[in-house]
Amino acid sequence: MEYFVQQLVNGLTLGSIYGLVAIGYTMVYGIIGMVNFAHGDIFMLGAFAALIVFLVLSPIIGLAGVAVLVLLLAMLVVAMLVTSLWNWTIERVAYRPLRGSFRLAPLITAIGMSIFLSNFIQVAQGPRNKPIPGLVNNVYNIAGISISLKQIVIMVVTATLLAVFWYIVNHTPLGRAQRATEQDRKMAALLGIDVDRTISITFIMGAALAAVAGSMYLIYYGVASYNDGFVPGVKAFTAAVLGGIGSLPGAVLGGLLIGLIESLWSAYFTIAYKDVATFAILAFVLIFKPSGLLGRPEVEKV
Amino acid sequence: MSGEPLLKVRGVETYYGNIRALNGVNVEVNQGEIACLIGANGAGKSTLMMTICGSPQARTGQVIFDGKDITRLPTHEIARLRIAQSPEGRRIFPRMTVFENLQMGASLDNLKYFDEDVKRIFKLFPRLEERQSQRGGTLSGGEQQMLSIGRALMARPKLLLLDEPSLGLAPLISKQIFEAIKELNKTEGLTVFLVEQNAFAALRLSDRAYVMVNGNVTMQGSGKELLANPEVRAAYLEGGRH
Repeated sequence: MEYFVQQLVNGLTLGSIYGLVAIGYTMVYGIIGMVNFAHGDIFMLGAFAALIVFLVLSPIIGLAGVAVLVLLLAMLVVAMLVTSLWNWTIERVAYRPLRGSFRLAPLITAIGMSIFLSNFIQVAQGPRNKPIPGLVNNVYNIAGISISLKQIVIMVVTATLLAVFWYIVNHTPLGRAQRATEQDRKMAALLGIDVDRTISITFIMGAALAAVAGSMYLIYYGVASYNDGFVPGVKAFTAAVLGGIGSLPGAVLGGLLIGLIESLWSAYFTIAYKDVATFAILAFVLIFKPSGLLGRPEVEKV
Repeated sequence: MSGEPLLKVRGVETYYGNIRALNGVNVEVNQGEIACLIGANGAGKSTLMMTICGSPQARTGQVIFDGKDITRLPTHEIARLRIAQSPEGRRIFPRMTVFENLQMGASLDNLKYFDEDVKRIFKLFPRLEERQSQRGGTLSGGEQQMLSIGRALMARPKLLLLDEPSLGLAPLISKQIFEAIKELNKTEGLTVFLVEQNAFAALRLSDRAYVMVNGNVTMQGSGKELLANPEVRAAYLEGGRH
């Protein structure tokens, strides 16, 4: 039983990270109907930005007491800025000019952007894994289950960001503009919404979340690699599809489920097959619920 | 402003790909007027409405609003000059509530006048108040039409473009809508430019009227003149509603 709960905790931690990345996929898909395949690499870029901040700052301010907190904040903020700028730029130069062309065109550029970014990091930062020392190492023991401060931080940050995003999308003018753009771009423009700007902001929001996820991934596993964008990126995309692409709560639910499936499968069966299990469940769900768990079935009066 | 029409469309040609939908259209609407455009299906009426809003933009010719050339402005900037449209097909946001749809209408002022304006809309269309927390996509056609007009009014427009406000409505409701338009024009001096298939009602309402055939304006005059015109009567009125 303790073992099971322990795996639940691990799964939820991993799932939180997937969920944060999945939100970026789902928001961009929702607003322009395109899968941003470079989003996984945005996540990786966030981890590297955080890594560089760590390597530059830690010799200066040290790792004692408050310094760690400052360091973590600096890592998060810089990672968010760098990824936002990058995602904003690729939307401007690689996706926007293709808007209105055939559906596959932006998808192919997105794959190109993904390869470009991971190769750039490989060349600029080297192909080896980059380790960092453990930053917050406190581990608590509650009724036989050990839960680390890192895990708590990851879950709390995810829950907070989700609440903030949910609020923005549902209760602010910006969120209304995003939903309007998603539902009818032309009508949104007729009402004075700057559609291009709204789409840009959506890319920036997705990138900021991916940066948080990337930084936390770095802190949790203590290592970053140029190809970290690929497998976690595909998993997060899977999470978005599983939860129902276009749905914000769906993305988080999908992320948590995939985290749980992975860690429980690894705990009770063979770790080598964990990805097979994940994708098998995805296929299974999609057979019975093609729009995903919380996706909306398309019934609209026109 | 004085003497100059509020909206001036000069020699506008609009294309969809290689197909020319508007053939050098000239239209004017004065401040405080109700103007209408009648014509058969596919004549280019809705295209003209959308061209005024820059979506699609005219390939040649000019659209001048309030003395300013808006032909090449992006759609959202044209909207910010207070040209509001209730477009063809109503284009209600289907997964937003009625209330949110009205909020979208008021985005230009960041909801500054929302509370007072929404009261006005609810007074005009009490049905919308009953349905305010219902999703737009679940409304009936007539309710969607009211919402579409209400949403356009929420922008506090200087020029209101209405694309077939009576389409698909029960005669009683369409009569209500025409009365509401007249009322807004009379009490607030709202300038209205509407496209209609219901030529009789539209001409009776309008100070100025245009007839469009195959992307050309073929006739113009006051609403009364066109109502009396035998050609117009034969093509658009006889056999229609009296």
